[in-house]
Amino acid sequence: MTDWIDIAPLEDIPPRGARMIKTPLGCVAVFRTADDQVFALDNACPHKAGPLAEGIVHGTSVTCPLHNWVISLETGEAQGADEGRVATYPARVDGGRILLDRTFLQARSAA
Amino acid sequence: MTKKLIVIGAGMATGRMLETLVEAGAEYDITLINGEPRGNYNRIMLSPVLSGEKTYAEIITHDDAWYTEANITTRFGCFVDTVDRDAKTVKLHNGEVLPYDKLVFGTGSNPFMIPLPGHDLDGVIAYRDLEDTQRMMDLGPDHKCVVIGGGLLGLEAAAGMAARGVDVTVVHIMGHLMERQLDEAAGYLLRRALLDKGITVKCSANSSEILGEDGHVRALLLDDGTELPCDLLVMAVGIRPNVKLAQDAGLAVGKGIHVDDQMLTSDANILAVGECVEHDGAIFGLVAPLYDQAKVAAQTLMEQPAIFVQKELSTKLKVTGCDLFSAGDFADGEGREDIVFRDPARGVYRRLVIMDNMVIGAVMYGDTADSNWFFGLIRDKTDISDMRDTLIFGPAYQGGTPLDPLAAVAALPRDAEICGCNGICKGQIEDAIAAGASDLGAIKATTKASASCGTCTGLVEQVLAVTLGDDFIIPAAASMCGCTDMTHEDVRRMIKSQRLTSMPAVWQECGWKTPDGCPSCRPALNFYLLADWPLEYQDDPQSRFINERKHANIQKDGTYSVVPRMWGGITTPSELRAIADAADKYMVPTVKVTGGQRIDLLGVKGEDLPAIWSDLNAAGMVSGYAYSKGLRTVKTCVGTDHCRFGTQDSTGLGIKLEKTLHGAWTPHKLKLGVSGCPRNCAEATCKDIGIVCVDSGYQISIGGAAGMDVKETELLCQVPTEEDAILVIKAITQLYRENAKYLDRIYKWMAKVGLDWIKDRVAAERDALVERFELSQTIYRHDPWADHVQKQADRYQPLANLSLEAAE
Ligand code: SRM
Ligand SMILES: Cc1cc2nc3c(=O)[nH]c(=O)nc-3n(C[C@H](O)[C@H](O)[C@H](O)COP(=O)(O)OP(=O)(O)OC[C@H]3O[C@@H](n4cnc5c(N)ncnc54)[C@H](O)[C@@H]3O)c2cc1C
Ligand code: SF4
Ligand code: FES
Repeated sequence: MTDWIDIAPLEDIPPRGARMIKTPLGCVAVFRTADDQVFALDNACPHKAGPLAEGIVHGTSVTCPLHNWVISLETGEAQGADEGRVATYPARVDGGRILLDRTFLQARSAA
Repeated sequence: MTKKLIVIGAGMATGRMLETLVEAGAEYDITLINGEPRGNYNRIMLSPVLSGEKTYAEIITHDDAWYTEANITTRFGCFVDTVDRDAKTVKLHNGEVLPYDKLVFGTGSNPFMIPLPGHDLDGVIAYRDLEDTQRMMDLGPDHKCVVIGGGLLGLEAAAGMAARGVDVTVVHIMGHLMERQLDEAAGYLLRRALLDKGITVKCSANSSEILGEDGHVRALLLDDGTELPCDLLVMAVGIRPNVKLAQDAGLAVGKGIHVDDQMLTSDANILAVGECVEHDGAIFGLVAPLYDQAKVAAQTLMEQPAIFVQKELSTKLKVTGCDLFSAGDFADGEGREDIVFRDPARGVYRRLVIMDNMVIGAVMYGDTADSNWFFGLIRDKTDISDMRDTLIFGPAYQGGTPLDPLAAVAALPRDAEICGCNGICKGQIEDAIAAGASDLGAIKATTKASASCGTCTGLVEQVLAVTLGDDFIIPAAASMCGCTDMTHEDVRRMIKSQRLTSMPAVWQECGWKTPDGCPSCRPALNFYLLADWPLEYQDDPQSRFINERKHANIQKDGTYSVVPRMWGGITTPSELRAIADAADKYMVPTVKVTGGQRIDLLGVKGEDLPAIWSDLNAAGMVSGYAYSKGLRTVKTCVGTDHCRFGTQDSTGLGIKLEKTLHGAWTPHKLKLGVSGCPRNCAEATCKDIGIVCVDSGYQISIGGAAGMDVKETELLCQVPTEEDAILVIKAITQLYRENAKYLDRIYKWMAKVGLDWIKDRVAAERDALVERFELSQTIYRHDPWADHVQKQADRYQPLANLSLEAAE
């Protein structure tokens, strides 16, 4: 069973934007695309841990602000020639609220 | 005895249900009760009635003769007030009590009225029934109407009234029209078409109050203070299922009346159909599923097995000349891919969303002839792997026609200006080609197009290619990025000549191949748009690199550096004290004097930015824009104030320049230096703009650099007074802003257009350039730190802190 945690209203993140949330084991970046999809990824680029929440969001990708790696929001995979992957977590919007899967937090604390 | 069936509401859903019952010869004694003083009519055709394309008589679906023939008793213009489920009776407003064996709710929805102050004034209406339509039709030409709501209903109301000569303004709270059905690009095309119909469209606009006079609406007031006068105000912001009667009768009700797959409510003798129901969590606002519900309800009443299944829906707008279509799910998402096709020449936009080799969503604008075919693919979940490459062209093109990169240029009208320097339009170039010019050189020689700054070369070549066809091959030029085939220069010229004032407009008119650009074109477009349309365009922080979005330089560990302005390098003990205090308070690990005569606080945490800015603001300091493609520093020497060689007040001029240029965005960073004499202690001759003071005045030179390339400036001109120097520098800055490619420093731009061209333009157009610069500065000359502290400090904090959650 998925147990969703209500994080914040969707409009707290601008379209094509992101915000960071704190968890005991590091930060998670929550992204909102132009068409109001949300994605949650570790806020650390697989290259040199750049803060992905500060990147430019385009389509369903984000470009890291430090050295321009492009990361897929869907898979967490680095695109193009770069190799690497960040963890992704289930996220969705319901009734204008952003919801994250509670089990992801537990999975993180267990890790 | 024949069972008694009572139907509440003569709407589109119950109309279809009755037809099915009558055709099947169902054994019921039927009474139809309707609040509206008329029987079933085609509500969705009210829009063509409003626009004058149809009459009311043409949209009646069931007339008196039909009810008589079908043996249906009717009570029109009469509401059901209560339902007594124990006694199995309904009570009408006129007091009559009627018994039933089976009862059907078809009460539809109520238009939602935003409870703004003044919403109960006379002249504030919804758009739901014939009475509303009549109010709008009675308005007549030369009246003003405001429509709140840029969705399907609002736009049909607006277009209908506009067709009758009413002066209509649509006020929409979201960034683009019909945002639930359309993406930005299609929203842009729709907006353009409505503007062409004379409708004013205001997006991202918040209504705050409806103003009245003698009890009648007078105007709508927006929260930015704008007043929109109107004689009628139509609210079309949404609908709510009409559940009051059912709720009072004790039926299970959520958002709508709960029904199961057989359309039965929580009472086995009562059914519900149409917009008043909630099925499996969903409510409905389009007729297609209501018709399915109607059939199922009829079958349930006839005790035949039937199941209502929700299906994919599609939307079309019934406004002549606005062909749009949207269906399925067109949001981005996991494993989804986009296929985008734009034909700027025909104003066509198509986007398909593909997942697992199936089309799951489609948005189309301009040419919707194939929409049914695409809708079929979505509904039938057709595997499209075999036709993937040519899919977007539709069923007729399964052979595939390649996308024409020249379509945008072909679409330009003859009077579209191609060469801004010489005022040459497309038509003149076409004429020159007709008269024999067949290459760029000949065009330059005969029309002077592209003979000056040269930034329109690409466009001129494209006009040649469009006109001459295969006889002209365009020399390869680097396109802006993978999203487009056009060069920076071409795109810029399109922005100017076609008055493109938004990013979706550029994406559409220049044939972007991605839905919303990439990190390389978005910042460039954002700059071009704000530089060319300072008043119309709204800066887009999401298209800026993080440093410019957060007004601080990001460091390799994700912290930031903070550099306050020190105008002309001058500071004071109290400023220094405030900087020292801030460094202590926010535990700044490094304090460094920069190469630009000011102090850098390095290693500030993102969350502390608004607080440290606020402290620095309080001490009178503002952002130094050390992160910007904009004015950075104006380095000065001590000049006549102290130096024995100083010829003019170089420090004073530096401060004046920094204060007047501050906040301006430029294609790349802009650094100035002012030296008091030719000894040049401020290194003015390796800055983008350098001023060297001499006895007789000010030598202004441009194009210096001392970074990856080291360049010495070249002399632009010498002027006698400080005032002249400031005007020339504003003019050259504006010329640079209007013409250079994004990320070209002045020296790179100068290498392309030539110093002579710059000299001529500054000499000839100085005052006009200054005026445009000042216009832009009325908006951009401000301190972003103060702004962010005030308006969006919370954006700098985490969205949520779940540290405690997990600890539980
Ligand atoms: C802080 C400072 C170094 C210092 O400690 O002195 C500095 C720091 C950076 N410079 Fe610089 N430059 C600094 C003065 C200079 C100077 C000297 C000057 O301005 O007099 C130059 C050479 C002069 C010139 O610009 O022509 C200079 C030429 C560059 C360049 C090369 C530009 C070029 O066109 O060749 C870059 C890269 C770029 O802009 O693309 C750059 C980029 C950078 C960036 C922004 C790198 C980046 O993108 O993150 C550095 C940010 C560090 C940080 O995190 O804060 N910095 N940089 C100086 C800030 C000046 C200020 O007060 O605003
Ligand atoms: C201008 C306009 C354009 C539209 N265009 C489209 C379109 O292009 N495509 C599309 O799919 N849909 C469109 N729609 C939506 C479509 O018309 C509705 O989905 C549909 O009419 C709903 O049907 P219904 O039977 O549920 O309710 P309705 O058609 O609203 O009928 C409900 C009836 O019940 C009556 N009633 C309510 N309570 C009582 C009571 N207590 N006692 C007696 N009678 C009562 C009301 O007076 C009303 O006549 C449009 C709607 C409007 C207003
Ligand atoms: S010279 Fe290089 S390392 Fe030093 S501040 Fe400038 S960009 Fe950074
Ligand atoms: S840290 Fe993200 S690209 Fe280097």
